[in-house]
Amino acid sequence: MSTLTDFTPTSRIVRDDIVPARAPWSAIVRRGHVLTIVDLHGNQAVDFLLYDAADTTRRYSAADTIQAQGNVFLTTGSVLRDNEYRPLMTIVEDTCGRHDTLGGACSKESNILRYGHHTAHQHACVENFLIEGARWGLGKRDLVSNINWFMNVPIEPDGTLGIVYGISAPGLRVSLRAETDVLVLVSNCPQINDPCNGFDPTPIRMTVTAPSDR
Amino acid sequence: MPTTPTSANTTTYSAGEYAGAEDDAVIEAMPVLPASDWSEPPADVDPRSLVWAETVPGGGYTHKVLARGSTLRLTDVHGDACAHVLLYNADQPWERLNVADTVKVLWQAYLGEGHLLLSDQGRVLASIVADTSARHDALCGTSTLTRNTERYGDGSPHGPTPAGRPLFTLAAAKHGLSARDIPPSLSFFKGVRVEPDGRLRFTGSAGAGRSVTLRAELPLIVLIANVPHPLDPRPNYTCSALEVLAWRDEPTGPGDPVWSATPEGRRAFLNTVEYAQARGIA
Repeated sequence: MSTLTDFTPTSRIVRDDIVPARAPWSAIVRRGHVLTIVDLHGNQAVDFLLYDAADTTRRYSAADTIQAQGNVFLTTGSVLRDNEYRPLMTIVEDTCGRHDTLGGACSKESNILRYGHHTAHQHACVENFLIEGARWGLGKRDLVSNINWFMNVPIEPDGTLGIVYGISAPGLRVSLRAETDVLVLVSNCPQINDPCNGFDPTPIRMTVTAPSDR
Repeated sequence: MPTTPTSANTTTYSAGEYAGAEDDAVIEAMPVLPASDWSEPPADVDPRSLVWAETVPGGGYTHKVLARGSTLRLTDVHGDACAHVLLYNADQPWERLNVADTVKVLWQAYLGEGHLLLSDQGRVLASIVADTSARHDALCGTSTLTRNTERYGDGSPHGPTPAGRPLFTLAAAKHGLSARDIPPSLSFFKGVRVEPDGRLRFTGSAGAGRSVTLRAELPLIVLIANVPHPLDPRPNYTCSALEVLAWRDEPTGPGDPVWSATPEGRRAFLNTVEYAQARGIA
């Protein structure tokens, strides 16, 4: 297993960005390259969508990912699958240990339902996805259930689920190896009404590394 | 159909007569038209209000546009149906079922009576008004060509073991929708539960004759694929007939207990009615 987040001499950094609190981010990650997401200040939910860069009708499928691994949580070894059951990325390192596949993104529309009509004009992840996706020719039709890195959504025996205070901490990270060329869309979640960000959105770091032989 | 030439199909005229003679054939899995001819309408439903009466075979799919206020009842006839369902606002199909909001906003991962099936626009597409099964799944979606080919040797729509996603793709295409328009789906009649550590546990069917009844809160495109649940552990492709019945009815109003069951649901209904009034359909 490669843990390229250590930036050993055998890897080179392709890209290294600090994403401000509430901001979107996107990039193509080439097959074999590793994307590392660092929760710089802790408790920051990172909403994440993933597409096959060569055919964006193939996109991350929460349902297929859950089916294939028989578990709703993601951690080291989890394979992120597309809607045709094919691997897009694999988690090769995870120092947090729990990530959400069920809750999806906040939107102005869902914020209204969850918190009241007075939240209608707050910033929301779907807005970030629409802005960033438009740069790649993607629109509303292309948004599906996403991953929330570092977000904790347990399910009680009676089916009750909800976003609870995260188990993430400053510096925790998750690293993903691309199994094919993928387009990654991120919304560094602006949510201020629930514990997914500790009620205070903070910046994250996104690093892409390549093995030295590529 | 005969595969060798006979006097019945060697000319245009006789072939037409032969085809016409099949007109009255009745099999288990077929639509009944008019729907009011359905043999067993629900006791409290005027048969003249029926708008959809059909039995879908295991491995089959169906689809319909239903008016706001329609009631849709799905029945697992023999105990091994699995109804994979997608819903769209028929007036603007870019508004569609959002499974994440459906479980998150209502704080509940397991579908049952009173659950609201939410769109990505903060509105109620449909509400579950009755449920005698309680074995449903909002997490695992449907099956794929790849997965069914691995498991059963084939997953193509007209093969022996069709997968759900190719069937959804066909059903969606008949409404002008394409692969980009197929979001995560729901499935009814095969249960899944989540252990505290996140592991999935397949709980299977509640038995023959169980039903789930939905109310269309907006005009809906309804897509249904009746295929085995992707977690069904049985090595053989096992899926039996699904009965689909719909009738004209009324959408949920402020006096209905479902309307005010939760603050989140009440706001969703308010959004839905506001939309319908502005759109001129309420």
